[in-house]
Amino acid sequence: MSSETTVVDTHAAGAAGSGSEAVGMPQIDFTSFPNQIFWLVITLVIIYFVLSRISLPRIGAVLAERQGIITNDIAAAEDLKQQAVEAEDAYNKALADARVEAGHIVADARAEIQGELDSAMAKADAEIAAKSAESEAAIADIRKDAMKSVKAVANATAKEIVASMGSKADAKSVTAAVATRLKG
Amino acid sequence: MSETVTEGPSGLQIHPMDQFVVKPLFGGEHINFYTPTNVTLWMALAVLCVIALLVLGTRGRAIVPSRVQSVAELLYGFVYKMVEDVAGKDGLKFFPYIMTLFVFILFANFLGLIPMSFATTSHVAVTAVMAMAVFIVVTIVGIVKNGFGFLELFWIKAAPLALRPMLALIEVISYFVRPVSHSIRLAGNMMAGHAVIKVFAGFAGVLGLGAVAPILAITAVYALEMLVSFIQAYVFAILTCVYLKDALHPSH
Repeated sequence: MSSETTVVDTHAAGAAGSGSEAVGMPQIDFTSFPNQIFWLVITLVIIYFVLSRISLPRIGAVLAERQGIITNDIAAAEDLKQQAVEAEDAYNKALADARVEAGHIVADARAEIQGELDSAMAKADAEIAAKSAESEAAIADIRKDAMKSVKAVANATAKEIVASMGSKADAKSVTAAVATRLKG
Repeated sequence: MSETVTEGPSGLQIHPMDQFVVKPLFGGEHINFYTPTNVTLWMALAVLCVIALLVLGTRGRAIVPSRVQSVAELLYGFVYKMVEDVAGKDGLKFFPYIMTLFVFILFANFLGLIPMSFATTSHVAVTAVMAMAVFIVVTIVGIVKNGFGFLELFWIKAAPLALRPMLALIEVISYFVRPVSHSIRLAGNMMAGHAVIKVFAGFAGVLGLGAVAPILAITAVYALEMLVSFIQAYVFAILTCVYLKDALHPSH
């Protein structure tokens, strides 16, 4: 520290070897040993008490607390992950259920529509059959009427033709002849 | 830096060891054991640094730490893991002691790297007290924990019976040399690095403006010393753990 001045002083005074100029090794200057040992022991005792009473328990507690928090966080993360997996499973199950349900509904609806369709078609078929039978009857009536009219008109026409030809036509034979013709 | 070079009658004089002299802070010549010296000052600064980092820095007790708090937690985790790995689970009750030694040496080493500062850990008196404390505590723990079984540390069952007395002798010697090597390693490393920097600084002072090479050398050695400062604190702590492991589990 203040060796500069002391060195210069001792040299100036010509008195070498006193004070701060080293004679040989200062390490084996036994006069300074009690002093060094005394202060060393005090230093070590202070450091020991500071460390063992304040510092080391504090740092140890902080490290333990941090370790605990990390462990808890990892456990919590594990839990959350488990929950997420469960939620995904539930979602997939719900999706599958819904799909099956939708299939059922579609099948039901299809069956119902098919049934309705079938009955409607049967009804329509019946109606059509009734209508066509009715029409056929009407056509048969009309045809019968028409045949009757044709016979009458033919008879009359044949009588008229025969009369106009100047000969008295026998009504019976004309009718028979017309009937024969009509059959042919 | 120039005060280390004084032009004496013989020309260049470098005093690389001056930086290690223990001096009273407030003048006077005699150093009593209670005299506040530069040792006191730099140890007190180390204590303040420890408090700033490990007490003030962790004041927030934040779950997401601030920068200073994460450095403190890093240091805590580093030493805690070292004690657990080397000394085992039952060594953990000595964690505060080892942490104390580690942070003191770490901060004392780094504070010693500040120019014009005083490196307390470069003194054998300081490191020897710490090493002896470790040695005595570890020996007492070993005897209290294992009783007579502690001597198994020196009786190597894996070796052939004829060799065991010889090995026991070597083991006993190496056991008692431990505090010496433990303390000299740290003090020697710190002293050597600081002295080398001072010597280069002396060259730089002589060469004046053209002192490119010494300045580059100082820069390189300074970088190396920063590494050494950390490594020596680490080595001191891990050797303490190893000795502790021997005391807790003496059988090889």
